[in-house]
Amino acid sequence: MNAHTSADTERVEKLQGLGSSRRRVEDARFTQGKGNYVDDIKLPGMLFGDFVRSPYGHARIKSIDKKAALAVPGVVAVLTAEDLKPLNLHYMPTLAGDVQAVLADEKVLFQNQEVAFVVAENRYVAADAVDLVEVEYDELPALVDAFRAMDGNAPLLRDDIKDKKEGAHGPRRHHNHIFHWEEGDEASVNRALADAEVTVEELISYQRVHPCPLETCGCVASMDKVNGKLTLWGTFQAPHAVRTVASLITNIPEHNIRIVSPDIGGGFGNKVGVYPGYICAAVASIVTGVPIKWVEDRIENLTATAFARDYHMTGRLAAKRDGTITGLHCHVLADHGAFDACADPTKFPAGFFNICTGSYDIPVAYVGVDGVYTNKAPGGVAYRCSFRVTEAAYLIERMIDVLARKLDMDPAELRLKNLIRKEQFPYTSALGWEYDSGDYHTAMNKALEAVDYKTLRNEQARNRAAFDRGETRSLMGIGIAHFTEIVGAGPIKNCDILGLGMFDSCEIRIHPTGSATARLGTISQGQGHATTFAQILATEIGIPADDITLEEGDTDTAPYGLGTYGSRSTPVAGAATAMAGRKIRAKAQMIAAYLLEVHEGDLEWDVDRFQVKGNPEAHKTMKEIAFSAYNQAIPGLEPGLEAVSYYDPPNMTYPFGAYVCVVDIDVDTGVTDIRSFYALDDCGTRINPMIIEGQVHGGLTEALAIAMGQEISYDEIGNVQGGNLMDFFLPTAVETPFWQTDHTTTPSPHHPIGAKGVGESPNVGGVPAFSNAVNDAFAHKGLTHTQMPHDHWRVWKTAQRLGLTG
Amino acid sequence: MSKTQVNMTVNGNAVSALAEPRTLLIHFLREEMNLTGAHIGCETSHCGACTVDLNGKSVKSCTVFVGQAQGAEITTIEGIAQEDGTLHPVQEAFREHHGLQCGFCTPGMITRAWRLLQENPKPTEEEIRYGISGNLCRCTGYQNIVTAIQAAAADLSIKEAAE
Ligand code: FES
Ligand code: FES
Repeated sequence: MNAHTSADTERVEKLQGLGSSRRRVEDARFTQGKGNYVDDIKLPGMLFGDFVRSPYGHARIKSIDKKAALAVPGVVAVLTAEDLKPLNLHYMPTLAGDVQAVLADEKVLFQNQEVAFVVAENRYVAADAVDLVEVEYDELPALVDAFRAMDGNAPLLRDDIKDKKEGAHGPRRHHNHIFHWEEGDEASVNRALADAEVTVEELISYQRVHPCPLETCGCVASMDKVNGKLTLWGTFQAPHAVRTVASLITNIPEHNIRIVSPDIGGGFGNKVGVYPGYICAAVASIVTGVPIKWVEDRIENLTATAFARDYHMTGRLAAKRDGTITGLHCHVLADHGAFDACADPTKFPAGFFNICTGSYDIPVAYVGVDGVYTNKAPGGVAYRCSFRVTEAAYLIERMIDVLARKLDMDPAELRLKNLIRKEQFPYTSALGWEYDSGDYHTAMNKALEAVDYKTLRNEQARNRAAFDRGETRSLMGIGIAHFTEIVGAGPIKNCDILGLGMFDSCEIRIHPTGSATARLGTISQGQGHATTFAQILATEIGIPADDITLEEGDTDTAPYGLGTYGSRSTPVAGAATAMAGRKIRAKAQMIAAYLLEVHEGDLEWDVDRFQVKGNPEAHKTMKEIAFSAYNQAIPGLEPGLEAVSYYDPPNMTYPFGAYVCVVDIDVDTGVTDIRSFYALDDCGTRINPMIIEGQVHGGLTEALAIAMGQEISYDEIGNVQGGNLMDFFLPTAVETPFWQTDHTTTPSPHHPIGAKGVGESPNVGGVPAFSNAVNDAFAHKGLTHTQMPHDHWRVWKTAQRLGLTG
Repeated sequence: MSKTQVNMTVNGNAVSALAEPRTLLIHFLREEMNLTGAHIGCETSHCGACTVDLNGKSVKSCTVFVGQAQGAEITTIEGIAQEDGTLHPVQEAFREHHGLQCGFCTPGMITRAWRLLQENPKPTEEEIRYGISGNLCRCTGYQNIVTAIQAAAADLSIKEAAE
């Protein structure tokens, strides 16, 4: 390529390609209230659906009386399981190989479970009628403690599968057992533990939380009886998968189903699954012949669709006295609620939990996971993380701190001692993952330097001394995390959902005048795909990003793809985009060769054009080539300039980062002030730094929420607590601290542009950093581990237990 | 249920309609007026997605009956840009400083920020954080929202000085 002149730089800048902090194209409509979310859709004749829900955690339904509800003017129908049975739609398949009741069949298994679906002319009338559906129940003993689920006398929850000895993932040991899954060599780990100079063991629970996007779930279903076509607009993170599932369960041929994801008000995993509301709205539309809208309210959202976590992890580490870790053993008791509706790739009932060796070179490891049923809402989604990766990172990052305490070693030093070294990449972990690239020591050291770690520890020593002298009632805590994510699911060879390979796709059409339209199988929920994917293309094909329109979310037009979750859009669809762009460029090169009357090999690509090697004056820009593709007969070439690429990633990508959090805790009130938070992320090639930073801010704020306050718990009879925004913690601008962000760049060697994905790293790394900081504040008083969430009350209880309160 | 006559001014236009007295203002605006900018995120006065301006104050329209807005002056996100389509400096600043992601909180957030800057044209960072604490955002972590409001404040004061 010729030496860069200012004209060249200008050309590059005009494209707003890779690396540019391009402003978002989505924002013009969102800042003016012109977005189009599902509840904004209004169709002629549209009716509203609303659910009658169970007040009990576990009960038998004796009778349902619809009469009074049906008598309300404006009520059109009341559906129950009995109405769905003839259609075989009273149960639906879950992503995890289980079934879930669409409307409760004889029994309710969790509080707020869907019992009947009222259809009425507006939402007020529907709500009135919901109150008038009379359901008689016989209450049964509720099972809420996962540790009791497999007791001999534990109540039977799932009558529908009580005789099924074989689950979707092997044998079931008990009527409330879902699966046992394991990975690794337990015998060698046991040997390592027996031979170890030092061992630690800790039960680390990751509480039940909820993604709680600001927009709840909902849909509008419209059956066009004349053409036999069902259209569903809805909050779907994976529209194509929804179409396939809808076709399988309704027997409507797939070409007669159109799924549209309009603008989505945040997803964070909540909108991956298929919920009873979607099915009921579709059935009601098929029955009535008019469009039906169903939108859940916040309480329904928090209590019935898609919880996350609820993992009870017992970790054991073996180590030498110098801190070298020699083995990791982990058993997880996984509380899946009443139906196994986890959103994991089919072969991974515990997701990618076996990434739990984290950033460390641990020679032998074993994990075993047992899933159990309880009288709680189903879900088990990946709340802003790849499948169960947050749980894994939390386990190992907490265990490292527990070990550091036992060894009386600085937690940063212990991490540096065990981090996988740069020259070990690609690194195969003891549990079988091949980490693509990393430079962990550089990241960790950069983080420690940035926060001036030594000075912080000195300050902490002075603070502790002052506390003991009675001069202060505040304790300082420093939390460190070095996490490794695994995202970009995934290679078809090991990742599928219901048999659908987890590839993704991009289709590009270059128009005669040199602008372009690209369509993808993914769907943005705020990540700014329309902005960033156009940037990838701008760099690949030399058309300014502003001249590229990006469309997603309509299965009638977009190529098949598995959707957006688990930070997979950049690693998978981003790669498909680059590859489709390269196909365009390859054809453009042939056209340019014809136009310039040279051999293809005599051409080189430069920003936005092909030029003759050594003679840059002789060139054709992409814009000129595009026009020629449509107006000339070129021997041996079809007219037009389009390409489609389906990308099956060769491997996952492994983003990583190093975080440091400093807190000050008032021991008399438990109030925990986040003094500072430093986050260094390495997500490989950075497509749009502005958007990356925004993703990090948002992910850290969600981590703050989880670590410091979120919990959906149940009382002993199965009443859900934390099911509304009064009780479920969402931080405001006041509780949210300033986020200091930083980065290193270690490209992925197998991704076409080296990008790894970032949206979920801050949640994965953030939670342990907060939790480690709180635990660290009390470490010198003998605390090794205290459970999340670290809300004021629990922190105060911890201080009290340690005898520190006044 | 019987309907009553309600009259109000919405974004400068006189509005007169029949509505059930129990209708919430947010539903009236979204479903009767087709002003779908303000959103519903909780229906319990916590999230602020439904924020509109009522007689010069930010209110959560999910907790206001339409009857309580009788005769009121209401401004929604749709009424904040100038008539020729030029964005208000607050809207401009949200775009420039990446103060939004999924956009669901944005109409409420901008409507609140727009009022905040009239109540307090030169807020400190802390005043901004308290001033928008009735509006939740799940995506941005607020940092860029705060920056955007600071930038809008600066921009507005320059514009005012020029006038
Ligand atoms: S919808 Fe009004 S405050 Fe949440
Ligand atoms: S931008 Fe999504 S909730 Fe604020």
